[in-house]
Amino acid sequence: MPSRDFPQVRLHIVTGKGGTGKSTVAAGLALGLASTGTHVLLCEVEGRQGIARMFDVEPLPYAERRIATGLPGADGGRGGIVHALHVDPESALLEYLSMYYKLGRAGKALDRFGVVEFATTIAPGVRDVLLTGKVYEATKRNARNKHAITYDAVVLDAPPTGRIAQFLGVNQELAGLARMGPIKNQADSVTSLFRSGRTAVHLVTVLEEMPVQETADGIAQLRAHDLPVGGVIVNQVRPRDLGEKDLVAVRAGKLTKRKLAADLNRVGLTGSAELVLGLFTEACDHAERRALEDAQRGLVAGLDVPTYELPRLVGGVDLGGLYELAGLLREQGLA
Amino acid sequence: MTRPRSRVGPQSLDGGHPLDVDRLLDDPATGIIVCCGSGGVGKTTTSAALALRAAERGRTVVVLTIDPARRLAQSMGIEVLDNTPRPVAGVSTTASGGSLDAMMLDMKRTFDEVVESQASPEKAQQILRNPFYIALSSSFAGTQEYMAMEKLGQIHADARRDGTYDLIVVDTPPSRSALDFLDAPERLSSFLDGRFIRLLLAPAKGPARLMSAGLGMVTNALTKVLGAQVLRDMQTFVAAFDTLFGGFRQRAQKTFELLQADGTAFLVVAAPEPDALREAAYFVERLGEDDMPVAGLVVNRASPEQHGDITAEEAMAAAQRLRKDGADSLTAGLLRLHADHMRMVERETLLRHRFEAAHPQVPIAVVPALAGDVHDLAGLRQVGALLAGERPT
Ligand SMILES: Nc1ncnc2c1ncn2[C@@H]1O[C@H](COP(=O)(O)OP(=O)(O)OP(=O)(O)O)[C@@H](O)[C@H]1O
Ligand SMILES: [Mg+2]
Repeated sequence: MPSRDFPQVRLHIVTGKGGTGKSTVAAGLALGLASTGTHVLLCEVEGRQGIARMFDVEPLPYAERRIATGLPGADGGRGGIVHALHVDPESALLEYLSMYYKLGRAGKALDRFGVVEFATTIAPGVRDVLLTGKVYEATKRNARNKHAITYDAVVLDAPPTGRIAQFLGVNQELAGLARMGPIKNQADSVTSLFRSGRTAVHLVTVLEEMPVQETADGIAQLRAHDLPVGGVIVNQVRPRDLGEKDLVAVRAGKLTKRKLAADLNRVGLTGSAELVLGLFTEACDHAERRALEDAQRGLVAGLDVPTYELPRLVGGVDLGGLYELAGLLREQGLA
Repeated sequence: MTRPRSRVGPQSLDGGHPLDVDRLLDDPATGIIVCCGSGGVGKTTTSAALALRAAERGRTVVVLTIDPARRLAQSMGIEVLDNTPRPVAGVSTTASGGSLDAMMLDMKRTFDEVVESQASPEKAQQILRNPFYIALSSSFAGTQEYMAMEKLGQIHADARRDGTYDLIVVDTPPSRSALDFLDAPERLSSFLDGRFIRLLLAPAKGPARLMSAGLGMVTNALTKVLGAQVLRDMQTFVAAFDTLFGGFRQRAQKTFELLQADGTAFLVVAAPEPDALREAAYFVERLGEDDMPVAGLVVNRASPEQHGDITAEEAMAAAQRLRKDGADSLTAGLLRLHADHMRMVERETLLRHRFEAAHPQVPIAVVPALAGDVHDLAGLRQVGALLAGERPT
């Protein structure tokens, strides 16, 4: 079963401001999308081995590896299969050359002269085309390709918002070099997939000023480049144990230390003036943060794209946590 | 190295070895402070806060920021990029006699200026117009890091000569990894006078015998990937740049020595999260290998420590009892929040202690997260105070 809200989409690209939770959300989304009988591929391109860490497996090679079973269905049906791929530009270049030019011995010579490193780290744009080219290949595969798995969905843990347009190869000035060479053909087919209805670019944010601003800028930029904007995933939402009524009361100064002390007394937490003071300070602090969050939530709502919310998991994100997030994404319809 | 330690364990909330920020800032021997760490951890805010605090304590300071948030840049008066330090208005230095200038790095412009200063005017023009140079100077993954170091070198030399500043605080680019910042200059400069470049140059100036079969194959393959035009641009660029390579190398080397000097202090900034702290640990090790002094770790945006001596479980139990009682939900909600906070603080403390266990020599400053964003001098002042260990009472 594909994404409920994005049934046509085969390639889900996850971006967002650094540190907001792109990798975490991408992993959760892959687990959520892998329903009974499906195959989902989770790709990373930044050479950080984040997938291996999150799923607690050995560092991944440049090959598709089965890493997890998807989130089971509500009916108890077994989850599908999540595969992972760590795309590094050097391997992608050598694969590209051998695929299209039957390079053989020359491939090794390239490596010896430092050309592979040169072409992948120095020549701007080429690196990105190589990385996205591999993702393209995995997404476009079909049953005719006997030796490779056909994926129902591909999830890409992409670079942050600031570099996403350049990465997706649509930023003409910067992609200049790659745009002139023969690699241009490759770049063009990749771009046409990215611009099609089979792709959605999702943005992860947290409810703070800078990330939300960056999300708004990112959406504008994606749209300007005709890239399909998917949803906004608001991550790390803090717990909302105080209702709106309570927050209003706190802000209006209606919460008194005496009242707090009396309540604590009733449940046997007597005599701790420090606890009363602590809770009181926390209440004010929390009310202030919630007001800021609400303001940012309002801005996100104004972006005119589907939004999804994920809670901040208190204990950090372990494998169990990823399934929890996957479940929430499925409930809300992104997966 | 031995030092007194407080109790180490998940229960002890005090850092084992606090970083004395004020002593670092006040020490006249501290000439450069470099804030590094992986992306999104608050390096820019930390650098600006340190610079402001140092200025208000009497130092003559310049801060070099990279990609500051728009509102922060505005409040410091550096939202226009002109690549020179400007005085920051609103700094209270009347009593201390200090001052604060700030600037935002313009990477391409810095690169252009280096080329202009190193080459004859015609040659410089030729380089600046070369498409390959344009791409390299505006988008090579390491250019920003390299130019940040270049700018640091320049400001330092000027400050030496004119006595303009006695403290330079440097922010570092939002790299993929904290280590990029150290490696990129080397990568770029070794590229600029690398083997491959010399091969490219060889046909232009050397005897034909250098055109080995291997090279033919290489250029062939490269032409396939990049196209002949790109290769030609590269060759022209390399030919024009040839005489500058040595200069670039030398400059990078000098800046590296500056970083190794006694007056330079590195602060590693990290979020209280496993990945960020792991990255910070690599960085500490790497700096150690390169003979660069690590002044300390800043754990930024930590969960504020909680008052009250009950455990998370007790707080949850009490919240439940209150609710059963049908009592006010506000207090119950607060107790649940409190329990949540305690768990976060506990987890972060544990992470920090693990770091301390592996790197006992590195002092730590913990900066609790403010409720709001930091985008003015008042906010920076507040962060500065927290960095120095002051806590609101
Ligand atoms: N919902 C959540 N609850 C709790 N912790 C979270 C949540 N989402 C992410 N985190 C934590 O936040 C940190 C950053 O997350 P992650 O690595 O996914 O971010 P990223 O956007 O991929 O970062 P980068 O820009 O460095 O690639 C990690 O330690 C992760 O475990
Ligand atoms: Mg990531």
